[in-house]
Amino acid sequence: MFISRAFVVNVVVVMTMFFCAAAVEANSKLSYLQVGVFSNKAAAKNILQQLESSGFNAEQRTIDMIGRPAVVVLVGPFERTSQALYNQKRLRDIGWPATIKRFQALPKPKPPTFRATTSGSLTAELRAFVDDPLYAEQHDTTASLAIQPEFHVSWNDRKSSLTFVPFVRVGDEDDERNHADVRELMWINAMDDWELRLGVGKVFWGVTESLHLVDVINQVDLVESPDGEEKLGQPMLNLSRFSDWGTWDLFVLPLFRERTFAGVNGRLRAPLVVDTELDALYESDDKDKHIDWAIRWSHYIGDWDIGLSHFSGTSREPEFNEENIVLNSRGQLVILPQYNLIDQTGLTLQALLGDWAWKLEATSTKEKDQRYTQAVAGFEYTHVGVFDSSIDLGLLLEYLYDERDELAPGPFEDDVMLGLRWVFNDMQSSEILMGAISDLDGGAISSSVEASRRLGQSWKLALEYRGTSSLESTDPAYILRNDDYFQLELGYYF
Amino acid sequence: MHMPSKYFMVSLLLTAFLSPLYASAQTPEQRGLEISQESDRRGNGFDDFRAEMEMILKNRRGDESRRYIRVMGLEVEGDGDKGLSIFDEPADVKGTAMLTYSHKVETDDQWLYLPALKRVKRIASRNKSGPYMGSEFAYEDLGSQEVEKYTYKYLRDEVFQGMDCFVVERYPVDKYSGYTRQVTWIDKAEYRTQRTDFYDRKNGLLKTLTFIGYKKYLENHWRPDEMFMENHQTGKTTRIVWKDYRFRTGLKDSDFQVNDLKRAR
Repeated sequence: MFISRAFVVNVVVVMTMFFCAAAVEANSKLSYLQVGVFSNKAAAKNILQQLESSGFNAEQRTIDMIGRPAVVVLVGPFERTSQALYNQKRLRDIGWPATIKRFQALPKPKPPTFRATTSGSLTAELRAFVDDPLYAEQHDTTASLAIQPEFHVSWNDRKSSLTFVPFVRVGDEDDERNHADVRELMWINAMDDWELRLGVGKVFWGVTESLHLVDVINQVDLVESPDGEEKLGQPMLNLSRFSDWGTWDLFVLPLFRERTFAGVNGRLRAPLVVDTELDALYESDDKDKHIDWAIRWSHYIGDWDIGLSHFSGTSREPEFNEENIVLNSRGQLVILPQYNLIDQTGLTLQALLGDWAWKLEATSTKEKDQRYTQAVAGFEYTHVGVFDSSIDLGLLLEYLYDERDELAPGPFEDDVMLGLRWVFNDMQSSEILMGAISDLDGGAISSSVEASRRLGQSWKLALEYRGTSSLESTDPAYILRNDDYFQLELGYYF
Repeated sequence: MHMPSKYFMVSLLLTAFLSPLYASAQTPEQRGLEISQESDRRGNGFDDFRAEMEMILKNRRGDESRRYIRVMGLEVEGDGDKGLSIFDEPADVKGTAMLTYSHKVETDDQWLYLPALKRVKRIASRNKSGPYMGSEFAYEDLGSQEVEKYTYKYLRDEVFQGMDCFVVERYPVDKYSGYTRQVTWIDKAEYRTQRTDFYDRKNGLLKTLTFIGYKKYLENHWRPDEMFMENHQTGKTTRIVWKDYRFRTGLKDSDFQVNDLKRAR
């Protein structure tokens, strides 16, 4: 009883002290230079403006002087007396004697941080195929228009934001390519070391250039580009935690997106059209409602960047089996994609050592009863300022590996990618990227050239070539043997 | 015969050694360093700043291209500053953001955020001699100008645009710098850099940077309204117009994290 009373007294004393200290703290005053007290508001305003034009941080306050309002003109505040003295001298030099007085500092009005922007792009595309189509329904050339606006509002000093990025393509010969998607519809809320993202978005984890094995969050929008770099928006909840020990990301992915595939009239497809209108086949009984999840830790230590991730859910990569060939409503034979459940652990490593960037992406995947490893490893060497110009030349070399070997569904299982990147560093931001991937077993080569250049202030011209050569009929890329193409894109950015 | 000659040599050496000390009690190197340290000291203490930057690029034919960039900076005690740049124009690079942790001597850490890919790319800051956004400014011209990044030599006093100036030559410490030397004109009144001549790796005059319209912010922080860079070898020019300078805006270390790049707009 006695102890508890003493304890209560102690608590009361400590709390009283705490509140007194807080009151003193709140009442703290700062040094100001009082230039004058005026009964005439206009005179005070005039002097305030003169002070400001001389580069002083001046303000005015209305005080009560013997029952009548008066205006005080102040310069400051100054946190250190030495600063106040220095400025007192400067004021005296230009003819303003001032006295140092202590005033309550006013809270600085925060500038409004609400920001709304609209931007985006409108791109006209022309694709011309070099060889005749293999199937009667296909075309030699196709032209289309794509629009991708972006609406963005942020508030709370950029800590909260809402972004909406729809995408639409129209006019293509292939109706499957004329599609719309929500690339992003994301609400972001950042709080200290935490960040919450809720909505639809895209996540990029990769480090290599030829292939991004670790990027398992988003489905590939294959009709957009056969290189697999275009992605569909993925519904997600993403919670991030930033610490001195790296960044932790947790993802909950409630809805599965099916991969897009070329339709009957589209090039770059297999003899059998992949049907995306009928229900796809899933290993999970929840089908496309299976809740996938992923976790990732990433960190950088000196010149090294490391990322470790794990994904558990429905694979973004479909499997094709002969028993899934069916007749669609139009009576055509089509194949249905099958999406299996996987557990995939991924690793990314990058080291920036001078002009050399060393890169590694590796995954270990458990699919059905099988576990397999895939990896991409290599480097990018950049020669800054070749031939005494401002051009940077990059040399890329990567090795692509798949443990499943010839049974791998993709074309890359024992391949080497050689690339050249020219960055002109000019006013138009001209760039050329050339790459060739060669199969070390079969000798098949797929190559690409991507070049782009800004025109004026708002336009951009891009040229692309993709092709394959020396394909054997057993090669997965054999289906693309007649689909080499050139593509010209003219984009308007706003 | 030999003795006087040796004696003569020693006294000559001694005189040679001591005379500059008697003359100014300071070598040109010490004087140059002192001027630069004073200039740096006066520029410090702003804590943080925000500003908007317009870059106007022109080639010899007069073709023009513009960039709009929002810039934020944070002073770091005992190290180089931290900087965040967000590109608003040209529209095709809108949302691209660059984060730089500059260091006094070691190479800077730099990250680039590419919004179309949602990719945060760590970039080798060794290409500091390369052009910034295709302009005549190299990355190293716009980076944090730490005293330790150069060695110095005071050359002479000279009047530049009506201002009494120190002319100080400085030599980059980093072997990857694109310059052999820079000659700077620093006014005696406020220790502001008024002009810099850049000499390329072959020691030829490459560029001249002129600082225009210094204004005072806070108590005693001078910032130029414009920076004009002229490339003498190509005839190209870049004019940087600074707008809306704000200091001590309450930016913190947490505003300069790699993770924030994805939210920087």
